[in-house]
Amino acid sequence: MLANLKQLFRYRALIQSLVARELNARYRGSLLGFFWSFVNPLLLLLIYTFIFTVVMPGVRGAGLEPFSLFMFCGILPWTWFSSSLLESSNVLIAGGNLIRKVLFPAEVLPIVTVLAGLVHFLFGLPILAAFFLYYRVPLTATDLLWLPLVIAIQLILTLGLALMVSALTVHFRDLRDLLANLMTLWFFATPIVYPLSQAPERVRRLLNFNPFTHLAVAYQQVLFVPGPFEQWPRLLAIGAASVMVLVLGYVVFDRLRDTLAEEV
Amino acid sequence: MNAIEVRDVHKVYRRYGRRKHFGTLKSALLSGGVLRQMRPDEVLQALNGVSFDVAAGRTFGIIGRNGSGKSTMLKLIAGIGKPTSGIVRVNGRVSALIELGAGFHPEISGRENVFINGMMLGLTKREIARRFDEIVSFAELEPFIDAPVKTYSSGMYMRLGFAVAINVDPDVLLVDEVLAVGDEAFTHKCLDKFAEFRRRGRTVLLVTHALDLVTRFCDDALWLDAGTARAHGDPKRVIDAYLMDVAAAEDAGLSNPKSQIPNPKPQEEGPDQPADLFKASEGRWGSREVEITAVEFLARDGRPAHVFQSGDPVQIRMRVRAAAPVTDFAFGIAIFTVEGVCCYGTNTHIEGAAPDELSGDGEVTLSIDRLDLVAGTYKVDVAVHRQNGAPYDYHRLLYTLRVASSVKDTGIFRPPHRWTCSGGIRISGLHS
Repeated sequence: MLANLKQLFRYRALIQSLVARELNARYRGSLLGFFWSFVNPLLLLLIYTFIFTVVMPGVRGAGLEPFSLFMFCGILPWTWFSSSLLESSNVLIAGGNLIRKVLFPAEVLPIVTVLAGLVHFLFGLPILAAFFLYYRVPLTATDLLWLPLVIAIQLILTLGLALMVSALTVHFRDLRDLLANLMTLWFFATPIVYPLSQAPERVRRLLNFNPFTHLAVAYQQVLFVPGPFEQWPRLLAIGAASVMVLVLGYVVFDRLRDTLAEEV
Repeated sequence: MNAIEVRDVHKVYRRYGRRKHFGTLKSALLSGGVLRQMRPDEVLQALNGVSFDVAAGRTFGIIGRNGSGKSTMLKLIAGIGKPTSGIVRVNGRVSALIELGAGFHPEISGRENVFINGMMLGLTKREIARRFDEIVSFAELEPFIDAPVKTYSSGMYMRLGFAVAINVDPDVLLVDEVLAVGDEAFTHKCLDKFAEFRRRGRTVLLVTHALDLVTRFCDDALWLDAGTARAHGDPKRVIDAYLMDVAAAEDAGLSNPKSQIPNPKPQEEGPDQPADLFKASEGRWGSREVEITAVEFLARDGRPAHVFQSGDPVQIRMRVRAAAPVTDFAFGIAIFTVEGVCCYGTNTHIEGAAPDELSGDGEVTLSIDRLDLVAGTYKVDVAVHRQNGAPYDYHRLLYTLRVASSVKDTGIFRPPHRWTCSGGIRISGLHS
């Protein structure tokens, strides 16, 4: 396993080039090109804004104005998270020809998927900043220092899950469809379009088991909620758990590695 | 030193049923064990205890029928799969030409694809940059290198894939039948590249159905059959053995299981005999008062063979048996191309022999000092008949022999010949 990790490290230039290719190729030939990176979460945001400010304005929690900005803080990282996992579930099967015919570490493929998602996410941040300017909501400079850590933890968590999902779907194709539905459920089980504080006590205890709850809350706290970021012990705990998920994900992937070329 | 060592390698492929998949997913999730409990529905033994060595600097060919395990062996050596048991050891950098351009992305340019493909094959960015011009010029794609790969023709696509893979500059090059695709000129270029590889003392492992390539290039050959090594060693000998087996299988497939010769009921010039012998298709007819029980082709060393070099001696031997003594008989033999053109036909009657008696068992051999035919597959007729032509036993196109040649001349007959030049002509390389 260590040898495999070492080999993966040697392939870092390939990962970098593949991420660039992924970004390059995805939008080549589409009219709006890179703008889709922003448009997708923006459209999602527009829909939820419409629902929660026009259709049922009474639902949303108090003191979270402007509400669309609050939602955006969660939707942007969620888009990265869910699209990475959904694409990972297909990435080895889609790249089956490659895995069967070329010798290279297969974990490169899910890793590239997650990293390409990260780049999209980073491109979305200026839009988020523009929203803050538009609504004249002040950002707390000291809070922003936490942002890279939050992103890093999300990256680690996503990588771990993506490795696991990508290798397991090769053997259990049903996971792909299962995952699509699971992600919808997971979205609503995460305080993104509602604040965690608004959830009833019993539900909240359940939501606390969801690792993405803490990440979403961290984003909201760091970006949206005024005042210093106080949730950092919880964030660090989630960080430690994410590292464990990554290790587990890699172990699962490594175990299934030799069977991939035969099964895809 | 050995570049490749394969020791008692077994490879088993397992197939799992759909239903089982779901059940195991459930139990895997519940009990935490990932794949332990899986029971395969179907097991395919792709390789069954194969061992061989390839010394560094040698060119090694693997031949065998479809599904004999050749590609599996290649993948194990390439490291794409792991053997179920046994050891595969490779010394040095490996590059596998299994599928050319397997990693190309259609939307991006040839240039970007060269870099990404090269990195997948294990080169660093700098190494690729250094070899980039060479790769592009080998692929003859200078004008198109910045166009998206999806606009390439399949030939351009392949050339680029080959150029990248060959420029990885491996110590061990694995080639799986990639030369079968591509036009003449490109194939020559690839072969030149292999020759250069050999000169530089690199190891090449070739999996192919093109047997002439194996004879021309390989120092050693391995014949895989149903996952086991049937023969290993000198390419000519291995290919001979292989072709004999193929021919035997073909013959066996043609007719009844008994002695590979179809055996219809004896008839006195029955309806089975075609009106025009020269338009006849394969078959057997005759009265069977005398029977041909076996036919063999013998090589120079007296051993049965099915493949002969053009110009080699060949003996065609038939074993006959007469139920009761006969006095009116003649033996005939003819050689046809697969298109049905008669190359040569003769019999003892035409040649003026007068029969005395034929009784019991006997052997008749036609010795041809030089089989001066161009490379190709030929079918052979053998017959024993009355002097007026009425057949006792006529075997029509039932036997196959192959003629191999390093010279790609055309036609049917190759007369022994030489070129001589005089005056201001200087020419070399023609054997005199």
